[in-house]
Formats: sequence, C-alpha cells, structure tokens
Amino acid sequence: MRTWLLVLSATGLSACVTINIYFPAAAAEKAADKVIDEIWQVPAGQSPASSQHSAPTATPVTPSAIPVTPTVNPESAP
Amino acid sequence: MMRLLHNCSRLLQLFLRQGYHTLKVGVFLSCLAMLFEALPVYAAADLDVNTPAVAAVKASMQSRHLQLLPHYQSGAVGLTADGFVAVKEAGLVPLSQRSALAVLVKDENTDRARLYQGMAAANGHPEWEGEIQRTFGQRWIDKAQAGWFVQRDGQWVRK
Repeated sequence: MRTWLLVLSATGLSACVTINIYFPAAAAEKAADKVIDEIWQVPAGQSPASSQHSAPTATPVTPSAIPVTPTVNPESAP
Repeated sequence: MMRLLHNCSRLLQLFLRQGYHTLKVGVFLSCLAMLFEALPVYAAADLDVNTPAVAAVKASMQSRHLQLLPHYQSGAVGLTADGFVAVKEAGLVPLSQRSALAVLVKDENTDRARLYQGMAAANGHPEWEGEIQRTFGQRWIDKAQAGWFVQRDGQWVRK
C-alpha cells in the first residue's frame, strides 16, 4: 500500500511537471526570424531590380506600333 | 462517490500514520522528477533549425521566393495570419499565368507546412507544430515589406 502511494505521488508530481514543459516562445521567435531572413533576405536585395526588369518586358505591345510611322517618312522626303 | 471519499480518508489516515516518512520520500522523488523533467526544457532553449529536412525546405522556399516576390509586390498574393500565403487578387495576373500562380502558392504552402512540422520534429516536440506555425504567422507578417498585403483580423491590409 505504501509503495502504491509513493508511485502514485511520484507519477502525479511528474505529471504536474510535464505539463509545465512550456513552449519556448522567445526561442521560437528567434528561430523564425532566422529562417525568414534566410528565405527572404537574398531576393529582397534584388527586389527593386527584378521588378524594374520585368516592367519593360511586360510592355512589348507599344513598340510594335511605332515602326509603322517611320517607314512612311523616308518615302515622303524626296 | 462514497468509495472515493472512503479512499481519500484511507489515504489521509495512512499519511498521518507515516506522514513524515512519506513526505520525505515524496519531496525527494519530486526533486528527482523535476531535475529530469527540467533538463530537456533548458536544452530546448534554442530551437534547432538546421536538420537536413528543414534545410531542404528552406532552400526550396528560397528559390521560390524570387517567383513569388513580384506577386507579393503587386498584391496578387498575400500573407495569411496563420503562416501561409494565399492568392489575394488573381485578377492582377494575366489569365495565362493564373494556374501557374495557383501551383506556386500551393507548393509554397506545402513547404511551409513541412517547415513548421520539421522544426517541431527537429526539436523533439512534434506537438509544438501549431505554436511554431502561429509564431511564424506573426513573424512573416511583421517582416513583410511595405506594400505587401497581409491578413489582420481576417482582413487584407496593405503594409
């Protein structure tokens, strides 16, 4: 009976302590920052350049309209 | 109920009879238990983020970020409060690229889920996945660049 009581109290106490194993919020935040920096940092430095490069290629429609007018001018000059 | 009371009184009697000794052993056992239980807590004070699985997911996300970046900037894709990404406004993307965008977002979210799960597992606490995901959700949004869309209280907000 006494051993039972001891086992009971020991498991009870250890269960109480087990519940106390907390989530290390500060450490998780630190780790998250590190991971996010690694994933975002490299491309973030190139972000303005990449967006500017993509802008001219996205508008190829307007230059196609321009060459039509210069072809008329050399003919009309002489 | 009566049996419970009876058991309780029996325990009390037993405790009173051998109170000192039980107390002594109990305190000793609890100290021992605390010592063993407390050790992993302090060992996990720094979260490990460098297991091969986590590193692979990070590399995959890193390379995908170049493709996602223009969409973050345009507002086609936003960061959700729960640590994922979502198509916020598909209309900003040409029709021909929308299915590619959907795949991009789906792949990113798969990797993100894998990242949270991998980090929890890497630290010996798979049950921390939810907490890690919540932490990331907040940090992605905090670290998002100006102009990106993020979710706050269920609403899309431009940073």
